[in-house]
Amino acid sequence: MNMIVPAPLAATPNGTTRPQLRIVIVGHVDHGKSTLVGRLLHETGSLPEGKLEMLKAVSARRGMPFEWSFLLDALQTERDQGITIDTTQIRFRTGSRDVVLIDAPGHAEFLRNMITGASQADGAVLIIDALEGVRDQTRRHGYLLHLLGVKQVAVVVNKMDRVDFSAERFSEIRDEITTHLAGLGVAPSAVIPISARDGDGVAERTPRSSWYHGPTVVEAIDALEPARPLEQLALRLPVQAIYKFDDRRIIAGRIESGSLSAGDEIVIMPAGKIARVKSVEGWPATPVRGAQTAGRSVGITLDRELFLERGDVISHVGSSPRDTRRLRARIFWLHDKELTKGAQILARLGTREGRATVVAIEKAVDPGQLSSVENTSIARNHVGEIDISLAQPIAADPYTDNPRTGRLVIEVNGRIAGGGLVLSVDAGQRAVPVDIVPVESALRPDERSARYRHNGAVVWLTGLPASGKSTLARALERRLFGKGGSPILLDGDTLRAGLNGDLGFSEKDRSENIRRLAEVATHLARNGHIAIVAAVSPSREDRAAARRISEAAFREIYVSTPAEICESRDPKGHYAKARAGALASFTGIGKDYQPPEASELTLDTSRRSVAEAADEIERMLSRTGVLLDEVVDLAANI
Amino acid sequence: MHLLDHNHAADRLDRAFPLEPSLVTQSSTQARGRAPSMDHLDALEAQSIYIFREAFARLKKLALLWSLGKDSNVMIWLARKAFFGRVPFPALHVDTGKKFPEMYAFRDQYGKEWELDLKIEPCPPIESVDPTLPPAARSAARKTEGLKLALAKHGFDGLIAGIRRDEEATRAKERVFSPRGTEGGWDVRDQPPEFWDQFNASPPPGAHLRVHPILHWTEADIWAYTRRENIPIIPLYLANNGKRYRSLGDADITFPVVSDASSIEEILLELERTRVPERAGRALDHETEDAFERLRVAGYL
Repeated sequence: MNMIVPAPLAATPNGTTRPQLRIVIVGHVDHGKSTLVGRLLHETGSLPEGKLEMLKAVSARRGMPFEWSFLLDALQTERDQGITIDTTQIRFRTGSRDVVLIDAPGHAEFLRNMITGASQADGAVLIIDALEGVRDQTRRHGYLLHLLGVKQVAVVVNKMDRVDFSAERFSEIRDEITTHLAGLGVAPSAVIPISARDGDGVAERTPRSSWYHGPTVVEAIDALEPARPLEQLALRLPVQAIYKFDDRRIIAGRIESGSLSAGDEIVIMPAGKIARVKSVEGWPATPVRGAQTAGRSVGITLDRELFLERGDVISHVGSSPRDTRRLRARIFWLHDKELTKGAQILARLGTREGRATVVAIEKAVDPGQLSSVENTSIARNHVGEIDISLAQPIAADPYTDNPRTGRLVIEVNGRIAGGGLVLSVDAGQRAVPVDIVPVESALRPDERSARYRHNGAVVWLTGLPASGKSTLARALERRLFGKGGSPILLDGDTLRAGLNGDLGFSEKDRSENIRRLAEVATHLARNGHIAIVAAVSPSREDRAAARRISEAAFREIYVSTPAEICESRDPKGHYAKARAGALASFTGIGKDYQPPEASELTLDTSRRSVAEAADEIERMLSRTGVLLDEVVDLAANI
Repeated sequence: MHLLDHNHAADRLDRAFPLEPSLVTQSSTQARGRAPSMDHLDALEAQSIYIFREAFARLKKLALLWSLGKDSNVMIWLARKAFFGRVPFPALHVDTGKKFPEMYAFRDQYGKEWELDLKIEPCPPIESVDPTLPPAARSAARKTEGLKLALAKHGFDGLIAGIRRDEEATRAKERVFSPRGTEGGWDVRDQPPEFWDQFNASPPPGAHLRVHPILHWTEADIWAYTRRENIPIIPLYLANNGKRYRSLGDADITFPVVSDASSIEEILLELERTRVPERAGRALDHETEDAFERLRVAGYL
């Protein structure tokens, strides 16, 4: 007998010193998941007092045979009769482990629940009905175990009583599932013939399967190993936030792999900035000494002020992750609407979120089917390999290098719609029509910011014609340049003379004009310059599009000088012409200007001098982390 | 009325925790220079801190539901660890007005001592609550109404709640970040997936998220951690005349269990042996087969 019924512990009375193993039981619907769980709880003495007797009595009263699965029919919405189990302690003990069964109940068709449970698991038990054999959901779950990184799998062939414990039938199923799993790189630790209902092979061998010499289910679970934190791999500390609750500037995150100590020289990716860890902060006692290892949630301070934000990855010099804007991933898709080439998505890797475009889809198949036709889009509950192109560079590892950082999820409308493994960060074969290879600058952003004392930014001045945008832009340009910075003026009218010479003033052309301005400005900002854009840009939607292009670099300034004052200034004579009917689509008198609702700054030039207005802009740029002269905290949400 | 004897309750608190002032000098695990590899409690703590920081980074207006019980006190402790001594969002106590006096004394003392931004929101009168619910469930549903009122008043988009999967079967179904409808309801059939530690943190306008940082803890974990970190507790949890409370709710619908456990060590030993569920003393769970589930779908914790 391999079981230990709960008993007082000798050493520490908290029951927490034994290795804890989290397992998930998966398999096709009706293959006996709930029955196996019920049986395991019973055989390990884990049921609440009187529960089994109570359920048997209820069954008898209702004139129906007792089912082990009743134990797990906890939710009213999942059950046929009114039996509530008020506590489903899905925990039990084997010879050397405390086992936690994660979210074991749940309809098989709810793959979302299976994923949620299995992605927390150290190991899995895959259950197969001896009569039905390997079914589509069996294969799908096997595939998901692979995608979720669950490597330890024990297979259980259930309902052997229905096939008279036939050794031939068992070998047939064993061979089929072993081959399927092998194709996914998963080698089952055991394949076990059982009857969960009768108890054969669960905790004890029975004469009915005397031809089988492998472990029981309990023994197989006992042999699974709790996942170990990845201390041996290179350091990866994705930044969750930067806190400035007091005079410390603490960078917070969880060490996903490797270890870190005060004094370490680190590199912050994807920017490639280098710093030294000054201290590891803690509470109640601080600083914390000694190496901090994988799995710990830590807070560190650095020896210098650096531009750093949520989503950056801290690593050691010499073993940093790659920075990339292209990667290939193998994903499982859960959204009702299929994923197609060209789709705009939000990708999440660690704490980084990034807008991305799907530029290629390959090997899209239904993992439940044996021989599936390859599709060009990924349907619900199907898998596929995708190439994505990210709007901003990110730090990423292939999952074969680091299983913790080599994985991603995809969000659609704020909801996780799929997820999987990063196969490579150089996107493999490049897809058709995106035949473009961006050449990155030889300089790193931090080299430029060290010289200019500012980060790259897009300062976008919007407002009515003659509101003072160009005057402010020029004053700001002069001032930043005087301090050693690198400002570049992009005036709307000036660009219309060249780059945008093909564009008119229709709504569509205006949008395109703004898009081009934003793209050019963003390119400059990425290369460390401060692009100062002065453009009427009357459409709120167009400006929102510009902000999406520039992302975190965007700083909008609304020049809110009243219309009558603008008209009285009229340096270009536009208002006069428009009044005379010679300028049809002139913003100011003919067309509506849509003022910003949440600009970084609002300035009325009729009420302050140019110098005062420039001061205000400068303060805003310092406050929001563009200018580095003052103490900068970029975590705007804190 | 249970609000009378505040001073007496405070006395009992002091007796139960004579060592409390030395709390600050109690060093954390890490500072004790323990071997770098993590034990079970370290792992639970690290995961909870990660969840707290994700919630704080991704939601705009958070509040922590402080029920004054052992679980929510552990949560506050974890929040202080996550944010280096400070809880950077309000602690919300949805007050039925019917808690034990010891609980109010605890709230008054530690609300100050822990420098919490304490927000106390009352519940509406019982008459305004669904009369078809059994009495205890109806009383608890009052709390749900109080919670909805507090949500409407403050406009929180995230509520941090100290529920655990091992407490109760429907709670085992929960996500770490659990979306709620605009009415606060929980659609158990339509929960988005959580891959690893990637959470769904974008509630639609008008709705909110429940965040569950200790979902993966057990009752024994809570006690073991409370003991390790020397977190103060309400003395009702310890045996008095052969009885103690395992779970604390409203005084009129919560009952003690038979127990001689007069210290946390003894509670842990008792938990090793018992097979009585934790919420056995919570009347609202047992009135009808589906009372608790109905409450939860409507927005109860």
